[in-house]
Amino acid sequence: MTTMTSDPYAGERLKETHFYEREAELNIRDAWSSWNGYLFADYYYDTEYEYFCIRNQCGTYDICPMQKYEITGRDAETMLDRMVTRDVTRIGLNRVAYTVWCTDQGRIIDDGTIFRLADDRFMLTCGSPCTAWLRKAAFGFRDVTITDLSDDLAALSLQGPTSCAVLKRMGLGGVETMKAFDIRHFPFHDGNLMVSRTGFTGDLGYELWIAPELALTMWDELYAAGEDYGIQPYGEAATNMARLEAGFIMPHMDFTEALKTVHLEHDQTPFELQLGWLVDFKKPHFSGRDALLEHKRRGPVWTLAKLDVEGNWPAEDAIMYNNEKCSHEIGYVTSAMWSPTVKANIALAMIRTESLKGELWAEIYKAKELRQYRRMAKCTLKKKPFWMPERARTTPPADV
Amino acid sequence: MQNHDTIIIGAGHNGLVCATLLAQAGQRVLVLESNSTAGGLAATREFHPGFRAAVAHHANHFSARVAKELGLARHGYTQRSLPPIGLGNDGEHVSVANGELRGASESDARSFQDYERLMQTCATALEPFWQKTIPGIGSRKLRDLATFGHLGLKLRGLGRQDMREFLRIASLPARDLMDEYFESDLVKALLSWDGLIGSRLAPRSPNAAVLAMLYRRSGESADTRSLIAALEAAAADAGVEIRFDTPVAHILVSGDDSGLRAKGVRVSAREEIAADRIISSADPKTTFVDLLGVEHLDIGFTNRIGRLRCNGYVAKLHLALEGLPEFTGLDSPDGRLLIAPEMDAIEFAFDDAKYGRCSDNPVLEVTVPSIADSSLAPDGKHVLSAHVMYVPYAHKGGWTDEARDAIKDRAIASIERYAPRIREQIAGSEFLTPADLEREYRITGGHWHHTEFAMDQMLMMRPTYGAAQYRSPVPGLWLCGAGCHPAGDLTGLAGHNAAREVLR
Repeated sequence: MTTMTSDPYAGERLKETHFYEREAELNIRDAWSSWNGYLFADYYYDTEYEYFCIRNQCGTYDICPMQKYEITGRDAETMLDRMVTRDVTRIGLNRVAYTVWCTDQGRIIDDGTIFRLADDRFMLTCGSPCTAWLRKAAFGFRDVTITDLSDDLAALSLQGPTSCAVLKRMGLGGVETMKAFDIRHFPFHDGNLMVSRTGFTGDLGYELWIAPELALTMWDELYAAGEDYGIQPYGEAATNMARLEAGFIMPHMDFTEALKTVHLEHDQTPFELQLGWLVDFKKPHFSGRDALLEHKRRGPVWTLAKLDVEGNWPAEDAIMYNNEKCSHEIGYVTSAMWSPTVKANIALAMIRTESLKGELWAEIYKAKELRQYRRMAKCTLKKKPFWMPERARTTPPADV
Repeated sequence: MQNHDTIIIGAGHNGLVCATLLAQAGQRVLVLESNSTAGGLAATREFHPGFRAAVAHHANHFSARVAKELGLARHGYTQRSLPPIGLGNDGEHVSVANGELRGASESDARSFQDYERLMQTCATALEPFWQKTIPGIGSRKLRDLATFGHLGLKLRGLGRQDMREFLRIASLPARDLMDEYFESDLVKALLSWDGLIGSRLAPRSPNAAVLAMLYRRSGESADTRSLIAALEAAAADAGVEIRFDTPVAHILVSGDDSGLRAKGVRVSAREEIAADRIISSADPKTTFVDLLGVEHLDIGFTNRIGRLRCNGYVAKLHLALEGLPEFTGLDSPDGRLLIAPEMDAIEFAFDDAKYGRCSDNPVLEVTVPSIADSSLAPDGKHVLSAHVMYVPYAHKGGWTDEARDAIKDRAIASIERYAPRIREQIAGSEFLTPADLEREYRITGGHWHHTEFAMDQMLMMRPTYGAAQYRSPVPGLWLCGAGCHPAGDLTGLAGHNAAREVLR
């Protein structure tokens, strides 16, 4: 008799991240979803609990599944500068910049961050695999090497008001002097721990980048240092709450990646997402510049607007109208929730720009014990992020 | 100080046509040529002491309109036809002259009349469009709509029956079309030839074989050397300045917050030359990737340029002969002699090339240009010039001297079957693979058309959308070479159309 030793579904199973071992112990609800082929916690215990950890103490969020590319060579800077909308030549050494990149038609392929690690060495991070576009972007350059680090670099986000204190206690001397978007390297055991003051929560926070073999050691030391500071892991659901308060956009929710969009104009321009500030027309050329200039000249047809929604019903999936009687549709809500910190019912909605001047009404459905109720809620435009605390930018962060 | 309105990269025939038309319109034009003679692939050059030849050994369909606009007749341009002659295995041959198929069966000769009428009708309907800029899809400019309207009317003007036939046969494999009309394999091969040569197509390949046949029915037949000499003289007459031995290293752009603009070229570490516009007759890959630099272009666009199929499949054989070659059964070798006795011979030669090999039995187009132009060889001696198909640019194992010698010997052996004494007559020889053509003439892949003349790379897709109206995406940089509409061959049309577009 033979025994089956090979797993017939091996290639289909989700991979474990470099922190999985510790996370699995803490994921008491076994609430896993997936991201880029990795097991990925939706939440560990309770979404709201994890959300309050981010806002009141600190939490860790596993960003191993995020795509990470090292771009090196004499032409690396030129290649990236031509690919993205921001001016890469102005990103200082050991600095990070948030940017988008677009198709020739000026529609967003993805957003992400660029780390300048040397004159000729960068790291690009983004939510979805970008290898194909990077290869296209590198075509024609003589000296560019693109290495996909996604599986080979462990990354953990540490966010919340006590995050800096935890890192200090962990022994990262001087971490408090890091400004927002700074990168710093700390010796860690036999290796190097790269820390960037970045995150996706709108709060004080850092992202930690380390070789896989040191990942669990780092986790253990971080959690030991954070014990008195309320450190907890948080999952995708709490991240989504925090990022919405900060006004950050989420792919597949607030925008559709242009290369994956089938329907013409279901994708977006940076101007439609109110990301025009990322588009640097002072650069004589970058991919999509001509089209973006034209989009800017015409003005965005749609605008992703921040809304304060009357009442306390989350406006998830609501259709937007310019009147209470729903006689004229003007858009749709992309993300919505009751914000515990702001104490407001907030939403992002894609609205026809011409309709922003008029009344804004959300048609909200809500189930109570399986029965659907409908309510029209008046909405007010907000110009600034719903929540933008001083502490996210103060250097050094206040002692806690 | 800036002395030039326009710099043209390359003194190939398209560069010369474009330069002359712009100079005639009053522009100060400078042509920069990397080689020491004009003509590009059509330049006549010495390959063996006292023996000269041009890679493009005959201009089968030079545009009559271009010849007229440039006044080439005043500079010695004359038509000279060179009938195609298909050599059979047993000394028989078929040929086309004066609208008749000779040497074929009665039935094929009769079918030829029907075939000829349909092809000529379609060719005549299409001819105006080789001479026009084909507008981009979506353009609402009146002039562009008029071009589309004109095309529609021309096709409609074919009449119901012929229009339907045209649409039916336009993308047929050459073999299917031939099988419908003819019984003799030699006739089929002869008539297919102009649909295939210079392209990555064999008789059974669907795509643009029929369109290539129609394209090659436009224009007039002329001798290469006198054509280039006339073009050079016309350029000089119009005030065009040509600098030889001056390869362009870079196209220079200026950039600020109003965007990019081509402003000149760098020809050496010390010398930059400025102009209002740069027009490149180099192939699209060379122009955009090597000379301009992809960083000045959008990513989707450069990837379409990167994907252009530029690998050539035609090699060139030049033989210096002690006397006039004698072909069995032929009174005089004054014609385009096609050594492709069967449709399968062409197909099988292509099959090898598809996989990076050279055929044991290459198929050839042979001419003896020294019959009409005795200046090409010493007294009483001759030059044989042959296009050898299919010789892949991307040869498996690379192009070593051994590989080149092997295919050269097989090409000569092919000729020997029809001209048994040829080897005794050879005083010298030269064989240029597509890789050699790439190096010597700075043409990516050594491709005749710079990039395949194929359905996906023609009309408003040639070389690709975004650069198909001779304008490049970078203001001030234009294209005028074979990679533009309509395509390669010695027609002058790409250069002509580009000049017209610049002067609008």
